[in-house]
Amino acid sequence: MTVYLIRRLMQAMLVLAVMSVLVFLGVFAIGDPIEILIAADATQREKEEARIALGLDRPLIEQYWVFVQNALQGDLGRSFVFNMSALQVILQRFPATFELAMVAMLWTVLFGIPLGLWAGLKPDSFSGKSIMAGSILGFSLPSFWVGLMLIMTFAVVLGWLPSTGRAEPETHFGITSSLWTAKGWSHVMLPSINLALGQIALVIRLTRAGVREAMLMDYVKFARAKGLSQRRVIGVHVMKNIMIPIVTVLGLELGSLIAFAVVTESIFAWPGMGKLIIDSINLLDRPIVVAYLLMTVFLVIFINFAVDVLYSVLDPRVRLKDAGA
Amino acid sequence: MSGPTPTVDAAAVSPWRLVVAEFFASPLAVFGLVLLVIIVGVAVFAPWISPQNPYDLAQLSIMDGRQPPGTESLDGLTFWLGSDDQGRDMLSGIFYGLRISLAVGVLSAIVALAVGMVMGMVAAFFGGWVDALIMRIVDIQLSFPAILIALVLIAVLGQGVDKVIIALITVQWAYYARTVRGTALVERRREYIEAATCLALSKPRILFGHLMPNCLPPLIVVATVQVAGAIALEATLSFLGLGLPITEPSLGLLIANGFQYLLSGRYWISFFPGVALLLTIVAINLVGDQLRDILNPRLKK
Repeated sequence: MTVYLIRRLMQAMLVLAVMSVLVFLGVFAIGDPIEILIAADATQREKEEARIALGLDRPLIEQYWVFVQNALQGDLGRSFVFNMSALQVILQRFPATFELAMVAMLWTVLFGIPLGLWAGLKPDSFSGKSIMAGSILGFSLPSFWVGLMLIMTFAVVLGWLPSTGRAEPETHFGITSSLWTAKGWSHVMLPSINLALGQIALVIRLTRAGVREAMLMDYVKFARAKGLSQRRVIGVHVMKNIMIPIVTVLGLELGSLIAFAVVTESIFAWPGMGKLIIDSINLLDRPIVVAYLLMTVFLVIFINFAVDVLYSVLDPRVRLKDAGA
Repeated sequence: MSGPTPTVDAAAVSPWRLVVAEFFASPLAVFGLVLLVIIVGVAVFAPWISPQNPYDLAQLSIMDGRQPPGTESLDGLTFWLGSDDQGRDMLSGIFYGLRISLAVGVLSAIVALAVGMVMGMVAAFFGGWVDALIMRIVDIQLSFPAILIALVLIAVLGQGVDKVIIALITVQWAYYARTVRGTALVERRREYIEAATCLALSKPRILFGHLMPNCLPPLIVVATVQVAGAIALEATLSFLGLGLPITEPSLGLLIANGFQYLLSGRYWISFFPGVALLLTIVAINLVGDQLRDILNPRLKK
């Protein structure tokens, strides 16, 4: 187990290192930041001085080393546009994105698991087939277009929900969130549903497959033979066994939710990291782009690592297999 | 079918004919195929069937801008699906947009398939550290959300058609590589590979002449799904303003273009390109689903 952990951790570090090289070389080595930073009428000498002051005259390897040293101290450069530490700008936007992702996750669990359970228990019924057809739509619909249709239906035509923005966050019990108010929920409703649809489709399919497989198992027959009620057989015996893969996938999908929030935030003008990165790419605000990409990559790697470890803790079969290998 | 006996022996019929026969057994899949043929036809023949060349500025008039569906333009042309802010006929815009979206999607899927197939076969055939290295890269890449990889590449490479295609290929090759490796590992142990090895054929010849054709069926399934994914991802990138340039408006860009008018109730500028995108993706997925059911022996009764 310890060997596995160390190996897994080393791999995560290696991936992060490779990604940092890629992002750094790509974003910093192409083009000349001086052209953007310094006024166009500066003399050649002034440009040279600025280049030396910023360390841009040194070899790329050295520049990368300086970048890594600064990054390890939490300094990912200053945003050209906000004139603030890039990491700070991103961390300011992080709670909004996290909030959106968490609400989307809530819908995923609340709708995905029960619908998948139903479709798995009654695979040949009309309702079961409709759920599966719906989940295919959830997969194939491009999420940005669904977002537009949600705005058109619920904001423009029906006028039930606001189409853009996030409500003013409030702090209660030490948690700052826009979800303390009804207005906050009305704002988060459309974007979170938009973000959740693909995940709901995925969880429906996973749950259905798991239930169908579990229903044929001996332990279900045995539970039935003991005379347990259908509710107990499904609620306790089946659920316990299918939850492990579902929880794992949900964990892994959290990274996906945060990454795909880029699209949702752009549509619904949700003031999170995703909207920031799109704006920054268009404004050539390189430090923000680098900081966002590295932070999201770090988040995904961290989540994958945590889920892997949790999985082997939760499921003894995985642990045994690893110890034998 | 020209055999002397009226009942056709299944073993005597070519496997492709069986696949075709089975494919047409599902009305939904046939519907998808018909839809797909129409869409591809429209995309290929767009310059000849469009009521208007949407990028010839001489044909456009700003006075015709943002007309609802069914309005007649100043030149007497009917905007069946309305017009955009430039006075461009949406139907023509969609025909040309389909052309670009499909071209980008299909091209990137083909290159990704080629790259993924070679990598997957090499991994399976040679095994050892080559296999470990390639599959580790695949695993790591698949653990990242596709959109994040695309964003990294666009931020690094910059924007443009070629950059989008490179991003799509990079996102997709791993799926093909994984699928091919799985099939190739099984196929490698078959007698025909042993026979080819005994004949002392060269390794490239065994790989590409004997192993490759037998790895193709599952790849076809992955490819159909991936083309749909590529089209959707390109549309998403274009919608975000990071995809194709304004001079080559794909469906995603048309949708993005209409977004600002959506809130004022002028739905048609975004809605109809979206429907075209949706029909394309659904048609491809319907065909792909049926192909998977046919070509996957595990699902056979």
